[in-house]
Amino acid sequence: MDLNLTAEEAAFRDEVRAFIARELSPETRAKMILGREIGKKDIVDWQRKLNARGWAVPNWPVEYGGQGWSPMQEYLFQTEIEQAPAPASLPFNTSMVGPVIATFGSAEQKAKFLPATANLDIWWCQGFSEPGAGSDLAGLKTTARREGDVYVVNGQKTWTTMAQYADWIFMLVRTNPQAEKKQQGISFLLIDMKTPGITVRPIQLLDGGHEVNEVFFDEVKVPVENLVGEENRGWDYAKFLLGNERMGIARVGVSRQRLRRVRELAALERVGDETLLDQPWFREKLANTEIELKALEITQLRVVAEARKRGKHGQPDPNSSILKIRGSEIQQATTELMMDVVGPFVAPFPASIDDEDQTNDPPIGPDYAAAAGPTYFNWRKISIYGGSNEIQRNIIAKAILGF
Amino acid sequence: MDFDLNDDQRLIKESLGKLLSSRYGDFAKRDSYIKQQDGFDRAVWADYAEAGILALPLPEAHGGFGGGPVETMIVLEEIGAALAIEPYLTAIVLCCGLIVRGGSDAVKADILPKIASGAAIAALAQVERGSRFDLHDVSLAARKDGDHYVLEGEKSVVIGGGVADHFIVTARTSGQRRDLSGITLFLVDAKTPGVSRRAYPTQDGYQAAEISFGQVRVPAAQIIGTLDQGLPLLRRSVDEAIAGLCAEAVGAMAALTEMTIDYLKTRKQFGVAIGSFQALQHRAVDMQVQLEQARSMAIFATLSVDEEDAATRSTAVSAAKVQIGRAARFIGQTATQLHGGIGVTQEYKGGHYFKRLTMIDQMFGDSEHHLRLVAAAGGLLPAA
Repeated sequence: MDLNLTAEEAAFRDEVRAFIARELSPETRAKMILGREIGKKDIVDWQRKLNARGWAVPNWPVEYGGQGWSPMQEYLFQTEIEQAPAPASLPFNTSMVGPVIATFGSAEQKAKFLPATANLDIWWCQGFSEPGAGSDLAGLKTTARREGDVYVVNGQKTWTTMAQYADWIFMLVRTNPQAEKKQQGISFLLIDMKTPGITVRPIQLLDGGHEVNEVFFDEVKVPVENLVGEENRGWDYAKFLLGNERMGIARVGVSRQRLRRVRELAALERVGDETLLDQPWFREKLANTEIELKALEITQLRVVAEARKRGKHGQPDPNSSILKIRGSEIQQATTELMMDVVGPFVAPFPASIDDEDQTNDPPIGPDYAAAAGPTYFNWRKISIYGGSNEIQRNIIAKAILGF
Repeated sequence: MDFDLNDDQRLIKESLGKLLSSRYGDFAKRDSYIKQQDGFDRAVWADYAEAGILALPLPEAHGGFGGGPVETMIVLEEIGAALAIEPYLTAIVLCCGLIVRGGSDAVKADILPKIASGAAIAALAQVERGSRFDLHDVSLAARKDGDHYVLEGEKSVVIGGGVADHFIVTARTSGQRRDLSGITLFLVDAKTPGVSRRAYPTQDGYQAAEISFGQVRVPAAQIIGTLDQGLPLLRRSVDEAIAGLCAEAVGAMAALTEMTIDYLKTRKQFGVAIGSFQALQHRAVDMQVQLEQARSMAIFATLSVDEEDAATRSTAVSAAKVQIGRAARFIGQTATQLHGGIGVTQEYKGGHYFKRLTMIDQMFGDSEHHLRLVAAAGGLLPAA
C-alpha cells in the first residue's frame, strides 16, 4: 500500500505540466483564473495544440489517435489540465461522440468524422435531453421516420450546451414508437447543424450567460448513412457514452486550483485590521473543504487503481457515482467560499459574462470579484447534469448496496 | 500508487478475522467479557499474544515482527468490525510506540518482551481535568530528587488504566502548565507506592480509570525520551494511534453500514421491505458515501504516519480525524434512525457500534479540535 507515484508516472506528470506551461495561451489562462467565460477560440486553439502533440483524444482506441494510457496516466493528465487551469477538452467530441463512432461507427463515418472531431474542425453538441426527458432520458419523443434514403426528424431537444457553436449534433431519436420497451425504439443519429429545419434558441442561465440552448427540428432530412450502428440500438450506445462521461466527473484538479485561489485572495481581503484569512471561522471553513477534497482525491485514486484491474473494457465502476456526488458538492462549496471572499462585491450583475464588451469593465471592486456571483449561481448545474445527484444515489443503491 | 495488501498482510487480516469471529461471533459473549474484573477477557488477550498480534508492531530486535502502520491499520480495522474491547490501541500501538522510540535499552529489554507475551499491559496517563484535548496542557508535576523524580497529581480517563501494570505518565518537569517544552514522559510501575486508581466502565464497553499520583518516586532511568522534551515524541505516537483509531472506526462503520442495509432489506412494513423506499435507500447511500470518504482518509493517515516532517504528518492525521469523526457521527446516528426502535436497545449490536464510534470521535481530540489544528497549520494544500 503506497500513495506515491512511480518514477515513470512522476516523469509523465512533469512532462504534461511542462507542456501546458509552454503551450497554453497566457490570455486563456488568465481568463480561466478570473472565472471569465472562455470562448470558442480559446477552446479550439487549445485542443489543436493538444492534437499536434498527440494528446487530443488519449482515451480513444489507439488506431484513431488514442494513447493507450493507463487509468493513472489519464487521471494525471486530466488533473494537470484542470489545475493549470487549462480548458477542458470539449466532452461532446472527445469523451462522447468520438468513442461512440470509433466503437460502433461505419468505416466511412470513422474516416469522415474522427480526425475532424479530434482536431475540433467539427464542433459537436449533444442532442439527448428533451423538455419531457431529463433524468428519464428514455422517455424522449423526438422522432425520426424513415423515408427512402433519409430519416425525417421532428421534435425538440433542450439544454443543448454550446449548440450556437456547433457544426454537428449527435442525437437520440425515436425510430420505433411501437417498441415494447421505450429503450428499444431509440436510434443514434448524426446531423449537420446547417440542415434546413433546425432552429437554435438560446436559454439564459442565472448567471446571465448563454451556454445552453433549445434546438428545434422541423421535417429535418438526414441521410441514412448518418445512422450510427444499428437502428433501434441507440440506447446501448448512449449507455456506453454516459459511462465515459462519469470517468472524470470528480474534477479534483478544478477544486484544488480554486481552493488555492480562495486562500490567496482571502489573504488580500481586509477585515478590520486583519485579513479574511486571519479569521478563524473562515480558515476552518476553508480547511474543512480542503479535507473533503483530500478524501475525494484518494477515493478517486482508489477508483483509478480499480480501473486498472477491471481493464479498459470493463463495466463502469458504480463508485464513480460517489465521485460525482462528492465532486459536485465540493465544486459548489468552492463557489460559496469565493462569495465569502468577495463579500459585498458579489452584488454587481454583469449584463452578459460571455460578451467581454459587456462585462463590468473596468471592474467594480477587485477584478476577481466579477465571477464570484455568476459562478455560484451557474455551478448549481453541476449536481444536476450528467445524471443528477439523486440519480447517482439510485445507481449506488442498486449497483453497490443491492437494493 | 497501490491500495492492495501484500500476501503477508492478507494473511494477518484473515487469521485475525478468524480469531475475532470465534471470540466475538456470538455477540452475547462480548457482554460477558465486559463484566469480567479486568473489563475484558484475558483469554482473548492470550489469543492475540499467541497469534503474534501483540508483537506485530514491535521491532524484530525485541522479539517483534516489525510491522508498520499498514499492519496496524489492518489489525485495528478488524478490531473495529468485531467491536472488540481489548486495549490494543492504547497498550500496544500507543505505549509500545512510545517505549520503542523513547525507552532506554534496559527499559526496552525489560518491558517489551513482557508486553509481547501478554504478561504486562501498559496505559498512557495523559488527560487531566483541565487539559481537554491539548497534549501540551500538563499540570501533574515531577520534581527531581537525587536520581529519582517525585510525581504528584491526577490523571483522568486513562483507557485500560484499571488493569495496567505500567503507566506512561506525562508530567511537567519545568515551565508553565501550557508550555510546549518542560514535558517529560515517565514509565511508572503501577505497584509503586503512592499510585492509586479507580476503574470504571466506559460508554463503549472499555474500562478506564482515574489515577492519582501521591509522592510517587520514579527512577530517572525510567524517563521515556528526553527530559523536558517529551512532547514531540508524544505527538508522534499519538498520531500513530489516531491513524489506528481511524482504521478501527472504518471497520466499525463498514460493519454498521452493512448491518443497516441488511436490516432495510429484511424488515417489512406496509407489506414490503422498507429498503424498497427511496427515502431510506438514499440515506443508506449517504452512509456509504461517508464510509468511502472516511476509508480514504484512514488510508491517508496511515500512509502519513512515517512522514518525516512532523508538521506535515500531524496535519494529515488531524485531517483524517476530522473526516472520521464526522463520518462516525453521521453513520452512527443514521444507522440508529434507520433501525427504528431496535436501534436504541442494549441487546442489539448496532447501537454498540454507534456508542464506540461516538467515543472514537472524542478520543485524542474531536473533529472540531482537529479542524482547528488543520486550519491553524495553513490547511492541506501545498502551494502550487
